Amino acid sequence: MKTIREINEKIKQGKAVVVNAEEIIDIVEQKGIKRSAEEVDVVTTGTFAPMCSSGVFLNLKQPKPKIKIQRVWLNNIEAYAGLAAADFYLGATQLPEEDPLNKVHPGRFVYGGGHLIEDLVAGKEVELRAIAYGTDCYPRRELRQKVRLKRDFNDAILLNPRNCYQNYNAAVNLSSKIIYTYMGMLKPNLGNITYCSAGQLSPLLNDPFCRTIGLGTRIFLGGGIGYVLGKGTQSRAEVRRRKGVPVVPGLTLSVKGDLKQMDRYWLRGLSFLGYGASLMVGIGIPIPIIDEEMLRYTTIRDRDIYVQVIDYSRDYPYGEEKVLAEVNYQQLKSGKVRLGGKEIPAVPLSSYFRAKEIAEILKKWISQGKFFLTEAVETGV
Amino acid sequence: MLSKKVVLTFPQPLLDKAIVYRLIKDYNLIFNILQARITPDEEGVMILEIRGKREDYKAGVDYLRETGVKVRPLNESIFWRESECTHCGLCTDVCPTQALTLERPEMRVRFEKKRCIACELCISLCPVRAIERRVNKKRKSDEDI
Ligand code: SF4
Ligand code: SF4
Repeated sequence: MKTIREINEKIKQGKAVVVNAEEIIDIVEQKGIKRSAEEVDVVTTGTFAPMCSSGVFLNLKQPKPKIKIQRVWLNNIEAYAGLAAADFYLGATQLPEEDPLNKVHPGRFVYGGGHLIEDLVAGKEVELRAIAYGTDCYPRRELRQKVRLKRDFNDAILLNPRNCYQNYNAAVNLSSKIIYTYMGMLKPNLGNITYCSAGQLSPLLNDPFCRTIGLGTRIFLGGGIGYVLGKGTQSRAEVRRRKGVPVVPGLTLSVKGDLKQMDRYWLRGLSFLGYGASLMVGIGIPIPIIDEEMLRYTTIRDRDIYVQVIDYSRDYPYGEEKVLAEVNYQQLKSGKVRLGGKEIPAVPLSSYFRAKEIAEILKKWISQGKFFLTEAVETGV
Repeated sequence: MLSKKVVLTFPQPLLDKAIVYRLIKDYNLIFNILQARITPDEEGVMILEIRGKREDYKAGVDYLRETGVKVRPLNESIFWRESECTHCGLCTDVCPTQALTLERPEMRVRFEKKRCIACELCISLCPVRAIERRVNKKRKSDEDI
């Protein structure tokens, strides 16, 4: 048994043993659970994937005369301004006013909220336009201004109501037409299968009952430091599990962080053909090895994580999801899965390669004494 | 005898075969289909290597254009901007020649330019637009297409 305080003391002294969620598998294989749990202090995880439920609260430095913003657009993308005078929320999937959408199918969705967030983080200048009705205290009725993140905003808080899905569906298309979904392009007649999880590296698969992750957990978020705010929207604990791990989309997290210290490399605007715009978010969560049970969870491997295969041509859109099959991440990551009597190509949407890079960065931060663990409140499911 | 690689875009994919076969019959051109695909926009794209006499070639291309087929020389290259790529792997699903592949077990995406036939299927599919088409410097032999 170790406490988080003890682990932090070791981090301070530069003595903490930190490994990533892939490395821990081999370590435990060699040394066994008991010895590994004594030796290893932290296991780092990572995920870099499309996370549509993301956005930024922005607070604009007031112009002179001041404005109580009623409606606001940045690069023609509207943000929600129903808050105090200079606050607004910019969502990752919001599209510009003139976007052709899916009028010519499949739409391209070249620029949306996610791209705008990426541009802001990159320090690019964007065009702000706001209207107001004018009050005695805020007389201005219109504002047009070029703005940059660090120069023109007091605060920018990335605040995502649902990120970091514990597991997800794998998507197929049983119809005879190509379909375009948030799970990518799905070819007709079981022509491919797409999936979206970092599997054995994924944060919530390494702490499947959120024993250590909860409100206040310090994390890697978009290249900077962020915090878990607790369970995200649609988080579900009572789900079907295999070896303790959900086979369906299970828990989610809500997270926040200061956008000004993040990096465009880890927050990328996305255009999904025929579907819309989104944001790819990099998240890394450290798992403190407080006891053997915690260590055991982190040894989860791709072949033990199963995911349900769902048809996105009819079953998903009409809310009649039937489990067509269950496959594991080892099969999916091999690039081919046997389904319906044939071998079909398996295609990822989330980046395993970059998820591992996140786990490595977090490992380095902790080893170098730059990142300390926090004691979360409201843990558990 | 001249030999050229061209990209044909058909507004309706089903028409392509019949039109192309007329090139043999009426214009004495020999061709080799390097690639035939239906794009996400439901257009047919065919990459052909055409051989024949210069006059026949010109007449054949004129005929194709009259029927509404877009003809352009295969003188464009596809660039994969590695620094922009997130290594998600989505593009590897549509690449017909395995120019884009996922290296396992790292799950790192790799682009082998010499395998790429510039079919462009990957371009609109890449969610971060990491793949770009760039026109090569014009060579003399391409000018008359
Ligand atoms: S254009 Fe893209 S999809 Fe087509 S061959 Fe080249 S890399 Fe592959
Ligand atoms: S789809 Fe784009 S971002 Fe994803 S691996 Fe291919 S080139 Fe890279």
